[in-house]
Amino acid sequence: MWLVAGKILCNGVTIMDSAGPGEPILTELLLENVSVGALSGVSLVVPAGQVVCLSGPSGSGKSRLLRAVADLEPHGGGISLGGTCQQDMPAHEWRSRVVMVPADSQWWFDEVGGHFPTDAGSRLPSALGFPSEVMGWSVSRLSSGERQRLALWRALSLQPEALLLDEPTANLDGSSTETLETWLLEEIRRRQIATLWVAHDPGQIHRVADAHYRIHGTRVEPVHGSD
Amino acid sequence: MEVIDLAWWKLGLAALLVLALGVSGYIARLGITRSLLIAAIRTVIQLALIGLVLEALFASSAFYWIALLAVVMLLIAGREVVARQGRRLQGWWAFGIGTGAMLVSSFTVTVLALTVVIGPDPWYAPQYAIPLLGMMLGNTMTGVSLALDRLNESVWRQRGVIENRLMLGQTWQQALEDIRRDAMRSGMMPSINAMAAAGIVSLPGMMTGQILAGSPPAVAVKYQILVMLIITAATGFGAVMAVSWGGRRLFDDRERLRLDRLVKS
Repeated sequence: MWLVAGKILCNGVTIMDSAGPGEPILTELLLENVSVGALSGVSLVVPAGQVVCLSGPSGSGKSRLLRAVADLEPHGGGISLGGTCQQDMPAHEWRSRVVMVPADSQWWFDEVGGHFPTDAGSRLPSALGFPSEVMGWSVSRLSSGERQRLALWRALSLQPEALLLDEPTANLDGSSTETLETWLLEEIRRRQIATLWVAHDPGQIHRVADAHYRIHGTRVEPVHGSD
Repeated sequence: MEVIDLAWWKLGLAALLVLALGVSGYIARLGITRSLLIAAIRTVIQLALIGLVLEALFASSAFYWIALLAVVMLLIAGREVVARQGRRLQGWWAFGIGTGAMLVSSFTVTVLALTVVIGPDPWYAPQYAIPLLGMMLGNTMTGVSLALDRLNESVWRQRGVIENRLMLGQTWQQALEDIRRDAMRSGMMPSINAMAAAGIVSLPGMMTGQILAGSPPAVAVKYQILVMLIITAATGFGAVMAVSWGGRRLFDDRERLRLDRLVKS
């Protein structure tokens, strides 16, 4: 259903047609038999414009799996975006299409604006709650929550086709968490971004997830229904 | 003008000064005595030996002996570059990159200076070739080891920044840009400072030596200018090569940062 017609998967298997001719091809993110660290045999699909949540105990390898999808960590198995295999394009091109936002974002210039394209200040969404002068602010005066919100905007301003979010609301309080979720979901739907979202709060997973997978030992298993 | 030879016992007087420093350091518990004495003894032995080697070399001036000495000097400098890095690349990479950079830069510049600029006959005449190569290697060694040390240390400390830049789709060169600039600056700083201070704050050692040996200052000055310029060029090119090879090795073919390739010395 989510697979593109007659394509060859990254592990060499050919899948025959399920989408008819003329149907729009959406850029879904596909993991096939991925192994990294203790995890193995991870297969899942993140359709365009949808959120797949990933949860599991700390230290179970959630972040490592995201890093493997971003190709920052050596891994086994095949990963593809819209039918193009990760290994078939230069790594930096892959990462500009499949953008990861880590749990602790890093800032290397003195001013916020240096990390963004020049016109990012004027297009700053109001949902983030920053005045447009934020681009002139010094990074050192940002709180951890502000850094996290700006890191999300930094990733989105790259026009990614897939997003890998590592606990994007970890440093936010209850009300700003929900504001941010609403804004993120709206962007994800509007731009049709395939999103893999690491979360631990069941409430958040319930609010944002189209599908939910949980790590059990070395396996990633789908969670059905609400629990 | 005849050079005044120094009797060995007169050097003993200078040694007494160092010994006095060592004793004061011991009494004041400054913790420098041991390394000071070992370094002083090393200087005496190493220089006495190289004196013998140079005497023999000047007498024979056969090309292969000179080449052999040059290679030995290069390998020792390569070992020293490895030893001076707090974190270094695993395996033979640290030695290979340092030595390779010094080989290409110092040897090329020395040969160029000998054949084109100075022009002794034969071009490898040991009176010119060995001291020139020694100065090249000594300075390139400092530059290359400072640059590599800074590169590896900064990459280690700024892992998060580099990986975050990679996550945003930057190439490994872009993600390493600032660190590479820092590493180059720290490799080049000693040469640039030496050039800036030359003649005003310090009289460079080689020029002083030539004047002591009876050369007219005008000649000594020209040699000193030549040497400082080519030292800076050799150090700069050496550091550029070391930083770009070392930086490349810190990433794999998928542009992933590979800190597992660094070991603490």
